[in-house]
Amino acid sequence: MSKTDSTFSWTVYEADKLTQREIYGIVLKDLGAQYPEIVGLSADLAKSTKIGTFGDAYPDRFFNFGIAEQNMFGVAAGLAQAGLIPFVSTFSAFASMRACEFVRTDICYQNLNVKVIATHGGISFGSAGTTHHATEDYAIVRAFPHLTVIVPADAIETAQAVKKCMEIEGPVYIRIGRGFEPAVYTSEEYDFEVGKAIEMRPGTDLTIIATGATVYHAVQAADILKAESGISARVLNMHTLKPLDEEAVVKALTETRRLITVEDHNVINGLGSAVADVIAASGKGCAFTKLGLPDTFSPHGYPEDLMHRFHIDTDGIVDKVRELLNREFEEDEDWEDEV
Amino acid sequence: MPLTEQEFQKLQQQAKAIRREIVDVTGWSGGAHVGGALSMVDILTLLYWKYMRLDPAQPEWEDRDRFVLSKGHGGVGHAVVLAQRGYFNREALRKFNETDSMLGMHLDYHKVPGCETSTGSMGHGLSQAVGMALGARVLKKDWRVYCVIGDGESDEGSIWEAAMSAAHYKLDNLIVFQDRNRMMIDGLTEEVMSLEPLADKWRAFGLETREVDGHDLVQLSQAIEYALQFRGKPTLILCNTIKGKGVDFMENKPDWHYGGLSSELVEKAKRSIGE
Repeated sequence: MSKTDSTFSWTVYEADKLTQREIYGIVLKDLGAQYPEIVGLSADLAKSTKIGTFGDAYPDRFFNFGIAEQNMFGVAAGLAQAGLIPFVSTFSAFASMRACEFVRTDICYQNLNVKVIATHGGISFGSAGTTHHATEDYAIVRAFPHLTVIVPADAIETAQAVKKCMEIEGPVYIRIGRGFEPAVYTSEEYDFEVGKAIEMRPGTDLTIIATGATVYHAVQAADILKAESGISARVLNMHTLKPLDEEAVVKALTETRRLITVEDHNVINGLGSAVADVIAASGKGCAFTKLGLPDTFSPHGYPEDLMHRFHIDTDGIVDKVRELLNREFEEDEDWEDEV
Repeated sequence: MPLTEQEFQKLQQQAKAIRREIVDVTGWSGGAHVGGALSMVDILTLLYWKYMRLDPAQPEWEDRDRFVLSKGHGGVGHAVVLAQRGYFNREALRKFNETDSMLGMHLDYHKVPGCETSTGSMGHGLSQAVGMALGARVLKKDWRVYCVIGDGESDEGSIWEAAMSAAHYKLDNLIVFQDRNRMMIDGLTEEVMSLEPLADKWRAFGLETREVDGHDLVQLSQAIEYALQFRGKPTLILCNTIKGKGVDFMENKPDWHYGGLSSELVEKAKRSIGE
């Protein structure tokens, strides 16, 4: 069946519903007016990643490298060495894996001022399947010293992150989805600070720590749990994976004693592992569980179906919270003294 | 300006002094990539003592020309060149490879004055050089970017990605030297992974290509003069070189890709290089 025979008639060129990336493209264009040293780089995904919006406005400061991500990130390092601020956009799978060593060695090792906008993160490019999913990128990039890793919850937060990353003199990796993710925020009038978790819902029975597209579902789940069962679930939007807001984790651990992490990523070495490190170092006993892909590759399918299958949507979180609330853990007799 | 007879004599002496000190550092450090460092000395001598716009007292001078050693394991040679050119005290060379010293096998841009970017992993430097050349265009600067790549290094696909982009963006402010010493760790390049016909490949990738004897200062100089006036394309100077050049017992021996030298061998090597 050809494209024109399908129910939806659109091309990648007219994909104007792709809000998260679209907003990013517009914000970057605006920043371009403010900062003449910003340059944009793409590897044949200018239209898909929306960095083309910047390119249309500043053709002399926009460079396409064709389907050659390694070279693109190396060139970005050279542009940064020349004093420019490159924004490099490609799919998360290619930024974190195809060009991994160029990001690590050329950019992070040298602590260069390069901003990586990694789109189509996690399983958000559902129908494309595993080749275009990135469920390992947190694990990979958060092991790079100097790199700040931000995973905005929605389009508005993406705009915040893109603006705020200009205040960081060094490499930043911003991981966003494909753009169909539901909105969490309705305005930019909230306090977004890199490295500071945002409490989306107060709560005392347990804490759900989410990042990226799962923040929406965590909030939905908390509301359902409250309405249906009177469960008081705190929700933290951990939009910065690195540096992690350890204070917020310890506070949640101390005050709620039960934690769930939710991420569109393998459960190995992502948000959950970062939070687990903090819990282990605290020496406090707690009930803890990680929601994410259970060390498996993701099949192709609609993103919402895949999120449901891997229990990282509203239903999955609700079920896991109920389970966690019934879980026993070893109480420390001196707990009160220690806190 | 073409090379004068006086310059030729002076640069030849300089190249020998660099080679002798590379041998010294190889002895002091316990081991270095001596073969490939020696093969690129004449190229670096011409660049640092004649062609590059630079000021060792101001390594961060904005309008300087940039040099990128894409074959980063030649760091020992680059370090000696920078020291002799006056970027830092030559005493630092005595601590080469030592913990917390300024200099290690692959030069670190944060530590070494005059080192424009950290290299070492193969096939990364040329992309960074392309970025610097493109940066000059965006910033409307007239600095040039000189880059030395290895031949073994050119097995890496990223070298060809970088070449394609340099040609696509018509970076005539980029001059690339390929140190064609025909050897890599595991043996001859043509036995490990064939590169030939190399000049044809560069031409096909859109680089203005010149082939020279990479130890002949006159030929090298003529090629650089040509590249400096050439417009519309990046230039590739394919430099046919000898691995271990100048040291009779090292020349054309893949074993000397990396090695250490006893004080006895250091003296023997320096005698071979001559004054």
